[in-house]
Amino acid sequence: MTASTGSNPKLVKRLLLIVVGMFGFGFAMVPLYDVFCDITGINGKTGGRVAIAAVIEPDLDRTVMVEFIANVNQSMPWDFTPVVSRMEVHPGKMYRTSFHAKNRTDRTMVGQAIPSVTPGLAARHFKKTECFCFTEQQFLAGEGRDMPLLFMLDPELPEEIEVVTLSYTFFDKHKAIN
Amino acid sequence: MSTATTHDTHHEEHPRGLLRWVFTTNHKDIGTLYLIFALAMFFVGGAMAMIIRAELFQPGLQFVDPQFFNSMTTMHALIMVFGAVMPGFVGLANWLVPMMIGAPDMALPRMNNWSFWILPFAGIMLLGTLFMEGGAPAGGWTMYPPLILQTGDAFPYLIFSVHLLGISSIMGAINIVVTIVNMRAPGMTMMKMPLFVWTWLITAYLLIAVMPVFAGAVTMLLTDQYFGTSFFSAAGGGDPVMFQHIFWFFGHPEVYIMILPAFGVVSQIIPTFARKRLFGYSSMVYATASIAFLSFIVWAHHMFTVGMPLTGELFFMYATMLIAVPTGVKVFNWVSTMWKGSMTFETPMLFALAFVVLFTIGGFSGLMMAITPVDFQYHDTYFIVAHFHYTLVTGSVFTLFAAAYYWLPKWTGNMYDEKLGKLHFWLSAIFVNVLFFPQHFLGLAGMPRRIPDYSTQFAEFNMMSSLGGFAFGLTQLLFVYIVIKTVRGGSKATDKVWEGAEGLEWTLPSPPPYHSFTTAPEVK
Repeated sequence: MTASTGSNPKLVKRLLLIVVGMFGFGFAMVPLYDVFCDITGINGKTGGRVAIAAVIEPDLDRTVMVEFIANVNQSMPWDFTPVVSRMEVHPGKMYRTSFHAKNRTDRTMVGQAIPSVTPGLAARHFKKTECFCFTEQQFLAGEGRDMPLLFMLDPELPEEIEVVTLSYTFFDKHKAIN
Repeated sequence: MSTATTHDTHHEEHPRGLLRWVFTTNHKDIGTLYLIFALAMFFVGGAMAMIIRAELFQPGLQFVDPQFFNSMTTMHALIMVFGAVMPGFVGLANWLVPMMIGAPDMALPRMNNWSFWILPFAGIMLLGTLFMEGGAPAGGWTMYPPLILQTGDAFPYLIFSVHLLGISSIMGAINIVVTIVNMRAPGMTMMKMPLFVWTWLITAYLLIAVMPVFAGAVTMLLTDQYFGTSFFSAAGGGDPVMFQHIFWFFGHPEVYIMILPAFGVVSQIIPTFARKRLFGYSSMVYATASIAFLSFIVWAHHMFTVGMPLTGELFFMYATMLIAVPTGVKVFNWVSTMWKGSMTFETPMLFALAFVVLFTIGGFSGLMMAITPVDFQYHDTYFIVAHFHYTLVTGSVFTLFAAAYYWLPKWTGNMYDEKLGKLHFWLSAIFVNVLFFPQHFLGLAGMPRRIPDYSTQFAEFNMMSSLGGFAFGLTQLLFVYIVIKTVRGGSKATDKVWEGAEGLEWTLPSPPPYHSFTTAPEVK
């Protein structure tokens, strides 16, 4: 072993490469995270609109409680509540419910509702054929209206799940874009 | 000053004046600058802790408003982590790594100057946020969105100061790796390196691997806030929990970045005062490497309560508990080193012994929280506050004190005042326990962290903790006095300083010449 065994610039370059690589890895974690959650279905994100093609036999022997929660993000000046807060449903049967929102301000606002299902593993079995969350919702000044939700629980919902909570959060679309 | 080793070189003589410190590329000067900076920041962060403890002295809101209280907890953590503990250990590395491996200086001296001089500016920028509209960052040092995005004008300054601190650490780490890999004296094989050098080599790799990830995470926060991206905003399809994953992927190795060099320091000090060789040298090296590896696969134990699937919780629980194995190897090796040794108890040894005992307490409370179902009760309570202060104060900070007492005679050529050193130790060791031990009970009883007020049943333990805090804080002024006194004079230290000391740095005169080992020593 001599006083200088290798070239300093070469080693520095290699180490800088690790630095750049790890900076990139930080960003690569974003799509990786989404893919991972998509495969495992663990973060409660529900899918988009589904078309129920085949006729599914409702499982009338099984009853699952579905709870609805509605929130607005930060201090968004809207009222937002579920019309019914809980429903007993049979997996495989289509249900209809609605949420009420009201724009309390004197200007037109656009909002986007983001759904989340708890427990996370139930999310992929929560099928929506129509939902106000699929599109942006524009509300005129002071306007209030009921927004429909058509949903079905997939009969393959794991046996041990007896209560499913669906939560919506309304985001101020313009604030989010800034 | 001895010029025995500089006569055959063409280095200019010792530069003088204030600019010497600005332009210096000398590892000893830069080491000193780092250590002074760390000590100054230790007092700034400590003053913030005093404000926190004053507010928590009694239930109810006494002195500061809650927003400012939250700023204090946030800033205290950022300053202590990035301003005190990390620069403290980098300062030690600058002083000691070249002297321990027989190198004339660090491999990249100009970059070394840069990596230090970025720090004060980053520090000023961070402290400057205290005077900004909307106050200093108050969302916790972990910067979880969306809360941290509510920071006022301070937000971009927070992000940029974190960027600068990260760049400084990365440059320092690259320098250390290159020095250790390329500049060892002939005969200094990897497995002959002092353990402090080994732990710093591994720490430097951790820094290089995770600081860029952290830089990426805070950059995402910045673009989410100002450029319309939605990495962590659910409204745009992002996920705030993802920030926690990225943050702790950095954050867990980060806590080992703050403790591995401490392990190295203790592994130097205990053999000296036990007058025996370190027990299990190679197992120490492998244990350090295993801890570093495991630190990458345990991050989610910081976030058991976010709602993870059972398999995830089990994996992170078992992986976390696995860390106890290499850590246990280290603790048993230190104890075995002392077994049947002829021990004496000078101040550095006292701090090192306190480290072994008190750090192990911190390790055990960490094991308790690794148990997922139990963590649900402890999460975000004072139990975790007690845990990480046992590992960081009685762990990292105590070893920084130990290192200062151990090498100060070498650095300055003067012995410190042993009586005052022992007084500093005993006051610190007693009051740090008065300060942090009651916080275990507070946490178990359910007192949440980062809240300026608390329910009256927590009053006694909080008062105890605050009193311990004030006393511990005051005690540290004694340390400054001792250091200044030693720098200014005192009985002359011998070259070897300690009877049982071994290693190349002790073959140099005390104080060492400005340029040491310009001809590489031969290591048998």
